[in-house]
Amino acid sequence: MWTWFYQLASPKWFYQFANKWLPWLRAATLILFLAGLALGLLFSPVDYQQGNTVRIMYIHVPAAFLSMFTYVLMAISGAIGYIWRIKMAHIVSVSCAPVGAIFTLLALVTGGIWGKPTWGTYWEWDARMTSELILLFLYLGFMALHNAFDERKTADRAAAILALVGLVNIPIIHFSVEWWNSLHQGATISKFEKPSMDTDMLKALLTMIVAFQFYFVTVLLQKVKAEILDREKLSGWVKKLVVKQGEGVQ
Amino acid sequence: MNGLLISLIKREISVVLRSQSEFVYPLAFFVIVTSLFPLAVTPDPVQLAFLAPGIIWVAALLSILLSLNGFYQADFEEGGLEQLLLAGVSGSNIVIAKSVANWLVTGLPLVIVAPLIGVLFHMDIQANGVAMLSLFLATPTLCFIGSIGMCLTLGLRNGGVLLTLLILPLFIPVLIFGASAVQAASIGIDYSGQLAILGALLILSIILAPYAGAAAMKISIN
Repeated sequence: MWTWFYQLASPKWFYQFANKWLPWLRAATLILFLAGLALGLLFSPVDYQQGNTVRIMYIHVPAAFLSMFTYVLMAISGAIGYIWRIKMAHIVSVSCAPVGAIFTLLALVTGGIWGKPTWGTYWEWDARMTSELILLFLYLGFMALHNAFDERKTADRAAAILALVGLVNIPIIHFSVEWWNSLHQGATISKFEKPSMDTDMLKALLTMIVAFQFYFVTVLLQKVKAEILDREKLSGWVKKLVVKQGEGVQ
Repeated sequence: MNGLLISLIKREISVVLRSQSEFVYPLAFFVIVTSLFPLAVTPDPVQLAFLAPGIIWVAALLSILLSLNGFYQADFEEGGLEQLLLAGVSGSNIVIAKSVANWLVTGLPLVIVAPLIGVLFHMDIQANGVAMLSLFLATPTLCFIGSIGMCLTLGLRNGGVLLTLLILPLFIPVLIFGASAVQAASIGIDYSGQLAILGALLILSIILAPYAGAAAMKISIN
């Protein structure tokens, strides 16, 4: 079991591992998305207050959930890479950033689209929306810092530190924003209370969350593969791979 | 505090003070930026007093951000930083010394000038005092957090703009509690909670920032 684990730390092995798993992951993602969307759009009831707008939740909630999950994964794999100097961990960490940023953006945009008919405004300085916006800034900072260095090794290590500092800060930011919000928020918004969610809604939501997770893993592996090829472009096995594929095309 | 740290702090301060007038810039920035707001928004005393806590706090945040560069960039480019590390001074000691010196040269003057701006914004005495107190508690936190970002961007060409992007999100909690303490004081409600949290953030940043900063410094200097 341990040798398997060690092998995973080698880019070449990881590449082959990702290649083996990607078709299955893609298929699972597709099936889960079809199931989740069918459950959410066709077989779940409308909300008695919000009508059909509630269906945005099936995209919004998984995206918001994954936006935070991705940051944690990014910081932890960055830390692993920093402490034990594992190249693969840095590659995973760096590959997480754009994916997480897109999830954050998606959560913000869907939140706005949902807010317009429900709250009457695209943007409200609601605690969760504000935290999400700050999370987007953190992602952008991470990517900007990583891009700023010429040498990749330095970039990896610096970005890992920033991700860790961000990880320590996220709970503080979240807490402070929540506190700030409770102070400023008048009775303008009646947040929609869900005493108990309808089981059909819950089923759809959970399916969508799992679908999003599979999607995340698929996209992440794809991105990791690209990153590996880019970093190892001078190594023998990548050259062999390219030559083999070139022959296949001819 | 040991002798090494004190002599490091003395060194930092004398280096910055000798660089002519550079250390005054952040302070001048603070005064000028805050005095733009009445011109841009309104000279109405009631509204100004309402806006003042936020304006003073955002301006203080930005001037601390501006001041960071002076403590690191020249030292890094001339190799002084490298020499200190080679001499066996630990990175976290350097970060502590630089942050303390930064606060003494920039933060403390800000704390002293802030009430003056408060008067220009028609803040009452109570709120003005709390503004001073909150800045006193929070500007060192900003110096410490800022040092992490500064160490990360040391060797970079466009470090300044990048620093803003990295550090401002991390400043948000300090901004929220600082500004709201002043706001609470100006409408006459209890503000001790906010000040307590500012103190907690200060302690947390003093404990953690030197390590993160030292790790970042090592990467940048390699």
